[in-house]
Amino acid sequence: MQENDHNKTSINAVSSNNKTVKKLMLVVVAMFGFGFALVPLYDVFCDITGLNGKTNTTAVAYEAGSVDKSRTIKVQFITRNAKGIPWKFEPLINEITVHPGEMKLVSFYAKNNAQHDIIGQAVPSVAPGLAASYFHKIECFCFTQQPLKAGEDVEMSLQFYVDLALPEDLTTLTLSYTLYDITEKSS
Amino acid sequence: MTTDVITQDSHDEHHDSDHDHKMTGIKRWLYTTNHKDIGTLYLWFAFIMFLTGGALAMVIRAELFQPGLQIVEPDFFNQLTTVHGLVMVFGAIMPAFTGFANWMLPMMLGAPDMALPRMNNWSFWILPFAFAILLGSFFMESGAPNFGWTFYAPLSTTYSNGSTAFFVFAVHIMGISSIMGAINIVVTIMNMRAPGMTYMKMPLFVWTFFITAYLLIAVMPVLAGVVTMLLTDTYFGTSFFDAAGGGDPVMFQHIFWFFGHPEVYIMILPAFGIVSTTIPAFSRKRLFGYSSMVYATSSIALLSFIVWAHHMFTTGMPLFGELFFMYCTMLIAVPTGVKVFNWVATMWRGSLSFETPMLFSIAFVILFTIGGFSGLMLAMTPVDFQYHDTYFVVAHFHYVLVTGSLFSLYAGAYFWLPKWTGHMYNDTLSKWHFWCSLISVNLLFFPMHFLGLAGMPRRIPDYALQFADFNKWVSIGGFAFGLSQLIFLAVVIKCIRGGEKAPAKPWDGAIGLEWTVASPAPYHTFSTPPPQSDIDNADQHEH
Repeated sequence: MQENDHNKTSINAVSSNNKTVKKLMLVVVAMFGFGFALVPLYDVFCDITGLNGKTNTTAVAYEAGSVDKSRTIKVQFITRNAKGIPWKFEPLINEITVHPGEMKLVSFYAKNNAQHDIIGQAVPSVAPGLAASYFHKIECFCFTQQPLKAGEDVEMSLQFYVDLALPEDLTTLTLSYTLYDITEKSS
Repeated sequence: MTTDVITQDSHDEHHDSDHDHKMTGIKRWLYTTNHKDIGTLYLWFAFIMFLTGGALAMVIRAELFQPGLQIVEPDFFNQLTTVHGLVMVFGAIMPAFTGFANWMLPMMLGAPDMALPRMNNWSFWILPFAFAILLGSFFMESGAPNFGWTFYAPLSTTYSNGSTAFFVFAVHIMGISSIMGAINIVVTIMNMRAPGMTYMKMPLFVWTFFITAYLLIAVMPVLAGVVTMLLTDTYFGTSFFDAAGGGDPVMFQHIFWFFGHPEVYIMILPAFGIVSTTIPAFSRKRLFGYSSMVYATSSIALLSFIVWAHHMFTTGMPLFGELFFMYCTMLIAVPTGVKVFNWVATMWRGSLSFETPMLFSIAFVILFTIGGFSGLMLAMTPVDFQYHDTYFVVAHFHYVLVTGSLFSLYAGAYFWLPKWTGHMYNDTLSKWHFWCSLISVNLLFFPMHFLGLAGMPRRIPDYALQFADFNKWVSIGGFAFGLSQLIFLAVVIKCIRGGEKAPAKPWDGAIGLEWTVASPAPYHTFSTPPPQSDIDNADQHEH
């Protein structure tokens, strides 16, 4: 008799255990998914808040508006090669001054010093990060891939303007390009 | 024997509680579904891993004994620091706490076993494979992981030495093991409590493991996700963290620390549970502010989800981000302070006696608080720019993990050894263990604060000459601390083999259902639930 009671209680316990386990497994699966959901969420979050120094990835049109001559912004250009890309890659001009609203055109030089063809991709970033959403690129070599044959060189242009709404405390922006070898990924 | 085994297996659920025979030899341990056996396995595994990770640390300290490169190559040094961290976090501290959970939770709740005994067996037995993979990578061509236990991309992807796959699979297995262990703990606590044991009558020990298990269930899957992304980035051409393909390396740090910060509370909340058991016992008082302890533990757990970016102040966050994470981090000092003051108030005007578990507990309160204060310093964004990636950080997290988590584990081990083995431990040897550990651990970690403030970077095998004297003392402290832990091994082996017979309740101030059963605890306990009077006596509330 006692044995029977024991069985009954353990059957009840098993079914309620199973229920709890199922709920907890759902949480596990959901959190695994959440980990991956953080990837697009991160992009959306950075997009909305303008964090992270990411500039626009496709060209924007220049809206010919007023130019704020009262403010002068210093824009610096730096370049960097990622691991394993033997290119010479540098800005032709290191620094430029610009008034908010004014359009500027600058050039970058790249030369493939390798013995083989390489497809390069420059990835831009603006510091301070919050300024990125005020930095508009009308044309940029970073919008496309740069295939260079062995020994080939190229001058690449960047056309941009700084938004009139750029916060008052910002006087210097640094635009940094990191150059990656994406030959394998794009083939 | 054979028939018994068949009977046992033919039941859906493990309830051979009326029989008291177990298989012999290795099969007993391989097939066991008994929570005490599995607890023992976890504890021994954790101790072996602790000695393994400790051996790696000894090589690190030997290399750092003098400036210049003496013993190991820089790349191997990186492998040592990485695997030391991984082994200590996932192999020593976490399994040790799971071992405590397995041994003590059913006995504290008046339950016959854990709720899911077979999963329990599985969650333990996959662990040795995880660490065989991780440690085995030392002997492979690639070498062991060398990118730090935090495995930041692109160090672990673009710049990997080829060990990333082994590392990822090892972490996957550890994660599965932890998740199963955590699910088991939650289900046990929710469904297996003896009738009459309400949630607010559970010992605080149980509460801390309950909350920790929820943290594990929430963040271990995120860890599994982020290492999977590493795997596909490294070997299958995805670009989660690769800027060349539109990914973002800083996002790795966000996802990692979203796991990583709750993880540090996973390693300290159970420690709070242990000292909240030992301190009242040796103060001969009830725990001061039981309910506030429950709420404080819960708030620490909740806050742990919104502070992760304090590990990333130097990544170039905007000001409001830095302020948000700084203030949230500092907020954690409030519930933590509640706990520390409650322990002190428990001791206040108590009839204190200083048995070894109490010595470790008091050392825990003081030294963990030092670790908490250095954490508070690191929480301040402006000064973190100075302290980031220096030995100050190393000092901080070793104070909370070694003199915090590890000391609480020792307090708990000495406290329950009589219950586990049926013998009292050798008191003299245990005091030697405590005092040697206490002195050497401070010699080991305290000067690291000054080294860090003076600018010595972490994870580097060489250092500037002005750091030489402090590093020499730190290394001597390290060797002494390492050797002192062998005393503990001796104490445990002696205690298992023999010693003074332990009564059912060797500590006069202890309360809790585990002391109502014989010492050593019979193979099966609480096949029938304990009477209400025992449950009421075990209530930690002040009366």
